[in-house]
Amino acid sequence: MDAFTTHTGRAVPLRRSNVDTDQIIPAHWLKKVTRDGFEDGLFEAWRKDPDFVLNRPERQGASVLVAGPDFGTGSSREHAVWALQNFGFRAVISSRFADIFRGNSLKNGLLTVVLEQRVVDRLWELTEAHPTAAVTVDLEARQVRAEGPDGATVTADFELDENARWRLLNGLDDIGLTLKNEAAIAAYEASRPSFKPRTIAV
Amino acid sequence: MGRTLAEKVWDDHVVRRAEGEPDLLFIDLHLLHEVTSPQAFDGLRQNGRQVRRLDLTIATEDHNTPTLDIDKPIADPVSRVQLETLRKNCADFGVRLHPLGDVEQGVVHVVGPQLGLTQPGTTVVCGDSHTSTHGAFGALAFGIGTSQVEHVLATQTLPLARPRTMAITVEGELPADVTAKDLILAVIARIGTGGGQGYILEYRGSAIEKLSMEARMTICNMSIEAGARAGMIAPDQVTFDYLRGRDHAPEGAEWDAAVEYWRTLRTDDDAVFDAEVFIDAAELAPFVTWGTNPGQGAPLSTHIPDPASYEDASERLAAEKALEYMGLTAGQALRDIRVDTVFVGSCTNGRIEDLRSAASILDGRKVADGVRMLVVPGSVRVALQAVEEGLDKVFTGAGAEWRHAGCSMCLGMNPDQLAPGERSASTSNRNFEGRQGKGGRTHLVSPQVAAATAVLGHLASPADLSDTRTPVEA
Ligand code: SF4
Repeated sequence: MDAFTTHTGRAVPLRRSNVDTDQIIPAHWLKKVTRDGFEDGLFEAWRKDPDFVLNRPERQGASVLVAGPDFGTGSSREHAVWALQNFGFRAVISSRFADIFRGNSLKNGLLTVVLEQRVVDRLWELTEAHPTAAVTVDLEARQVRAEGPDGATVTADFELDENARWRLLNGLDDIGLTLKNEAAIAAYEASRPSFKPRTIAV
Repeated sequence: MGRTLAEKVWDDHVVRRAEGEPDLLFIDLHLLHEVTSPQAFDGLRQNGRQVRRLDLTIATEDHNTPTLDIDKPIADPVSRVQLETLRKNCADFGVRLHPLGDVEQGVVHVVGPQLGLTQPGTTVVCGDSHTSTHGAFGALAFGIGTSQVEHVLATQTLPLARPRTMAITVEGELPADVTAKDLILAVIARIGTGGGQGYILEYRGSAIEKLSMEARMTICNMSIEAGARAGMIAPDQVTFDYLRGRDHAPEGAEWDAAVEYWRTLRTDDDAVFDAEVFIDAAELAPFVTWGTNPGQGAPLSTHIPDPASYEDASERLAAEKALEYMGLTAGQALRDIRVDTVFVGSCTNGRIEDLRSAASILDGRKVADGVRMLVVPGSVRVALQAVEEGLDKVFTGAGAEWRHAGCSMCLGMNPDQLAPGERSASTSNRNFEGRQGKGGRTHLVSPQVAAATAVLGHLASPADLSDTRTPVEA
């Protein structure tokens, strides 16, 4: 996983709530067997509309998505995270994320930032008025800062549990970390009751 | 202080606990399918890792598989590659696989329980959000992403933060015509698609205790649609009776030891839930969705709500967008909504009891002109059982299509899809935009409502059918 420390980029304000993973990446894209090449599937249905915010010329190259509440609901498909990353997003801001989506994003180094809806509203207003506004997502300081050319600013602190933050800041591989507990896993396995189900005889 | 069911199962699986870190949980059963596993196996290969516990791992093919012509090569080359990739990965790593054409093939969440692999007090994971289904057995079961699939393959564990617990207590008698599906749709409409977020739900109360295992699976299946990580129901005699004698259920002294443990898996009287919801079963009615998320639903006898009546601005906007997408207007009677397609199937309602109840309504009746009805059993075993009972003949006799097992039109990854603008009544679990095919419009319903809707051509419950049965000739 790539480390995430701090990132500054332009934003895409996405004024929609309940953006489910079927909208982020429709099912027919899930037939691919790789982790890349999903960028054209991102929000595929909505992108047919030339006025959809992602299609606007002023949003090209933007890397911070500011979405409505309940982002990433529905399916467990990690392809939703890959699609956002393949497209160029480094961070997503919302007042509420679906659990599985959030877990998937943090495992892939896509920072999901939870801010109160009134702060999200202000970020929407600022970045709609000023598409070139620079938005910084600073994981070290746990802070989002946005600044428009007219000097308008939004600054907000966010929370992320210390363990997840540490893994992101250092780009640590979860499997490698877990395997350091080999002795504990082996001890647990040795103590499992024999009536537990098995798929094959060993 | 006492502990809840979820806390007991959680505690019994902690491999390592350390201050400020997520618990490391042991996983008893890992289910795999073709869609969310290829990148995980790639990761294993890149790092020179093996599958740690082949004896706790099993795979089946379901999402991409066709429901017609299953003996022919799969027409869609991309789907074919994905299935071939699963077959190669399972062969390379030694994972047990039930491919298309195998008698144990089917939707992953139908296969686990019917094999008796899903047992009380186990931890079950799968790269699929509806893994919550298995919670019906008092298992702690939840969907995971592909990185976690790789993690479980390599370590048989997962680092997880302990969720909070929510009790959904349903007391009383469900009225006739009201099913588990109506109950869970009503729960989701009540608490919202984010209402269960961060929680493990425990369904309890006299109405839940009276439900069959299959009905309990329907309820737990849709926990994720309320945003919850998992849903659970305490195991009881109904659970034990369902499991006894199944392929992977314990036997003899092992069975006795297992049941003794399973009986301890009940929320203690003095345990405290972090949140509680109470529902009076007698007040429930057949329930359908009108919008584009499973929380946008209402009793069938009512009307589409006016978005303006929502206080919350984002809910109002969501309702407006949903009605626009669905081609519906506020105030319209739900019963007036005409459908083009009826789908009976999926891991929510594709089990034998679901097929039986749909068939009992279709028996002696006809699917309305211009309506296409697809019946897709959840697994090959379910299909065989249905054929043995003659249900397939009831469906085809009524004019419905009887298909091969798989996910099918639940998500339209195979050729079973809605055309743009087409409207369905579907027993599946998601009415998201385009879920059943680009531009398709989905109303989530119970199998009974699906069957009645097929006969009348508009959303309907069995009670609306009084005189549509052709008398049987003596
Ligand atoms: S039937 Fe539908 S919800 Fe269930 S596993 Fe298949 S696609 Fe997912």
